[in-house]
Amino acid sequence: MTSTVTTIQHAAPPYSGPRAFVRRLRHGDEIAHLITLTFAAAILLITSMLVWELWVNSHLSRAKFGWNFFWTQTWDPIFDNFGAAPFIYGTLVTSIVALVIAVPLGLASAIFLSELAPRKISDAVSFLIDLLAAVPSVIYGLLGIFVVVPLMRSWLGPFLINTLGKVPVLGKLFAGPNYGVGFFTAGIVLAIMVVPFIISVSREVLLTVPREQREAALALGATRWESTSKVVVPWARTGIMGSIFLALARALGETMAVTMVIGNDPKISASLLHPGYTIAAVIANEFTEATGDLYLSALIELGLVLFLMTFILNGLARILIVATERGGGRPA
Amino acid sequence: MKKTSLVVSILLILAITAAAQAGTILLNAAGATFPYPIYSKWFDVYHQKDPNIQINYQSIGSGGGIRQLLAGTVDFGASDGPMSDDQLKEAKIKILHFPTVLGAVIPIYNVSGVSGELNFTQKALAGIYLGTITKWNDPEIAGANSGVNLPATDIVVVHRADGSGTSYIWTDFLSKISDDWKNKVGKGTSVQWPVGLGGKGNEGVAGLVKQTPSSIGYVELIYAVQNNITFGKVQNASGKFLKADLAGVTAAAAAAKDMPDDFRVSITNEPGPTVYPISSFTWLLIPAQISDAAKRDAIKGFLKWMLTEGQGYNEGLAYARLPKPVIEKELKAISLIQ
Amino acid sequence: MNRALLIWRKSLNVVMLTLTGVAALSVVSVLFLILGYLIWHGGASLSWNFFTQLPKPVGETGGGMANAIVGSLKLLLLAAVIGLPVGLMAGVYLAEFGGQTFSFVIRYTTDLLNGVPSIVIGIFAYSLVVLPVKHFSTLAGGFALGIMVIPITVRSTEEFLRAIPGTLREGAMALGASKWKTIATVVLPAASGGILTGMLLALARVAGETAPLLFTAFSNRFWSPGWSQPIASLPVMIYTYAIAPYDDWHRQAWAAGLVLLGLVLLANLGCRLALNRGGNVRSV
Repeated sequence: MTSTVTTIQHAAPPYSGPRAFVRRLRHGDEIAHLITLTFAAAILLITSMLVWELWVNSHLSRAKFGWNFFWTQTWDPIFDNFGAAPFIYGTLVTSIVALVIAVPLGLASAIFLSELAPRKISDAVSFLIDLLAAVPSVIYGLLGIFVVVPLMRSWLGPFLINTLGKVPVLGKLFAGPNYGVGFFTAGIVLAIMVVPFIISVSREVLLTVPREQREAALALGATRWESTSKVVVPWARTGIMGSIFLALARALGETMAVTMVIGNDPKISASLLHPGYTIAAVIANEFTEATGDLYLSALIELGLVLFLMTFILNGLARILIVATERGGGRPA
Repeated sequence: MKKTSLVVSILLILAITAAAQAGTILLNAAGATFPYPIYSKWFDVYHQKDPNIQINYQSIGSGGGIRQLLAGTVDFGASDGPMSDDQLKEAKIKILHFPTVLGAVIPIYNVSGVSGELNFTQKALAGIYLGTITKWNDPEIAGANSGVNLPATDIVVVHRADGSGTSYIWTDFLSKISDDWKNKVGKGTSVQWPVGLGGKGNEGVAGLVKQTPSSIGYVELIYAVQNNITFGKVQNASGKFLKADLAGVTAAAAAAKDMPDDFRVSITNEPGPTVYPISSFTWLLIPAQISDAAKRDAIKGFLKWMLTEGQGYNEGLAYARLPKPVIEKELKAISLIQ
Repeated sequence: MNRALLIWRKSLNVVMLTLTGVAALSVVSVLFLILGYLIWHGGASLSWNFFTQLPKPVGETGGGMANAIVGSLKLLLLAAVIGLPVGLMAGVYLAEFGGQTFSFVIRYTTDLLNGVPSIVIGIFAYSLVVLPVKHFSTLAGGFALGIMVIPITVRSTEEFLRAIPGTLREGAMALGASKWKTIATVVLPAASGGILTGMLLALARVAGETAPLLFTAFSNRFWSPGWSQPIASLPVMIYTYAIAPYDDWHRQAWAAGLVLLGLVLLANLGCRLALNRGGNVRSV
């Protein structure tokens, strides 16, 4: 729509030029347009300022460490040597653990809600699951400390060490002393937090799959499950991928729940039962006390890295989800 | 009509909430968790004594106190690690140190089957935190604790995740008793810990040790007392195993050489049979120049009160009083605040 | 086709479909678990003291979170004042006035802002509002929360405005109303239900945010008069008390968690029920 005024009035000349602008102005539409445009532009301004501040304030750290920042493992405030590797590792590992738990659970639930459940139950249950998405992060942290950590410590940790820990290669992931806090615990808490997103988006995407596809599969003799798993889900593949990316982006940026259960130890370790650290958690813990400009700058550079990670993932997620909703997926 | 009355009521609420009570002096402070129990008591009592003065103290760790003071976002800071010469140079303003209490850092632990006090040799503590001693029944620990049934479990080491004066005191002690520690890690409010979990604040470390079996951590004495966490005896420079108490801490302060004029001194590992080796002063960090007269007078008034009446609250919370000569020196130093 | 294969396929069918039901059930039961836990632990600690007392010195019992409750409300008020008008106006722009490319840019940027981790927004608010004036303040915290409110509000405003049928607009114009008059007197009122609930949901979302407040609003043991002093808030208090060793503090953390969750869920419940009478709100 163009911004011309649509009024039923004598369309008096002139039609363009400054006098016409002033005339249009008096009609108020131009003002309304300008006002709303200004507010919309304010969003652009805020976001650019955000990126700008991150970039400028991390200058000291970027200048000193350069690209080495990404794979230096030390985080030493005394000798002013900072590296992002343990935090990037922790952020990625906890998020991947969260996805490994949440994706099967979420996808299965979404399938149930879109394919099997009667409409009323499906609506009611997804309503409740949407409520789960509204629970604040610090409450998850609270439950993490008092429920999940003791559970890990007393039952789940030893169980994992004694079962999966004994398997040849995989066992390294579940080795070592059982602290209760650590990558795995954080992964569990994150999984609970992102599952509603996967369910919500996947369910919507699955609902857009045309009925004909399901019916065609059933007509060929497939069971309900085969029709779902071999036809419907692949059709909605890209949208589901999008929901996973969305969940991943959310998990990467999660701060409070993670910092309360991860153990706050900037180390890279093969064992998931070992304490670790994420970018968001270290910023939360150390920002107010980073004595020294280089220290603060390193923390802000971490913030910049996190921002970039979530930026890329969110972008990909949107593309995938929109692609599915518009064109409908195509089976391979 | 409804809209205008809504707008008016919103504006009224805003106006009411915006009007600071006339004459109230709001001071913001942040820093050490080590003395947080006594500070929170002092500021509460002082506020009741003079309701116009409100001192909002947030315990975010000594590192945070120093940082926020340097950034100018708080009126004064608090730290159990005195500021280094470098940090003082970096500050654009002159900063004065005022000792407030004497406290002890103790090793707390949670070992199943051990409810009594363990003796920790100096080598044991250094080894545990360096990661060279990994099990509770290690000879270095068992040797000092004959008769105690120590399990063969892995030691879960807990340290501070945030910049901490308590860490400073602990690492200062470890640096003095272990060359290995001194060379590998050093002393500071935030070090690169060889092993262990990080807790936030003294509270966080106490919380972690309380909930994690087979763990060891270090906190200020009152945190163990208030939470019924077992803590051990530490071997002092004379070889004796002492449990932290007021007498031991006071002895440490007495054994220290004369207090320097800027009050920055370390009293860990002082010689003497009755000295508790991990003792320390803790300081309020006050800018020497305070432009706001009301704030300046409030701070000076509080300092005077703290050095006289305030000291009466120390022992109730397991902190030792400052030695008399130190108090007198500080009372004189208050006049340096302008 | 041998019978064995058929039986296998049929049983696989039943097993897998049951598993999906189990999955959905377990996810939903987590919600009830959370609520149950909070009610169990927090309900017992809810007392008159909790709502009216200020925090007591460390180690003493009987303290409360009166200042944190008021603090959260003040911060939400600021977030609303800062974020909602921007979100509303931008949403109106996108739905009613926007050109092709500029709208795309705005939408993209809004999505970008939505995805920024809340701790990074805290860093931004710190460097923009705290550093220049050199103190932590309610204003800084409200600013950080306000920024987070904007993307959610933009999205829901635009959606609900677009849902208004064109016939309504055309009818107004046919009667001689100019565009802005149409929007102000016809379209907006028609969509107001949805827009208002969208705003309430946005506020409910930021009410529980902790990370951006850690170094903007900081915290306060006393009442915080005005807008330029540090201020306590429920989420920050929950965090501080939860990681401490004091049992009394733990109880208070549960109680605060219950209060916070109760308010957030009530807001969400109310909004979604109101909306479900006509349309859906996606949580992402």
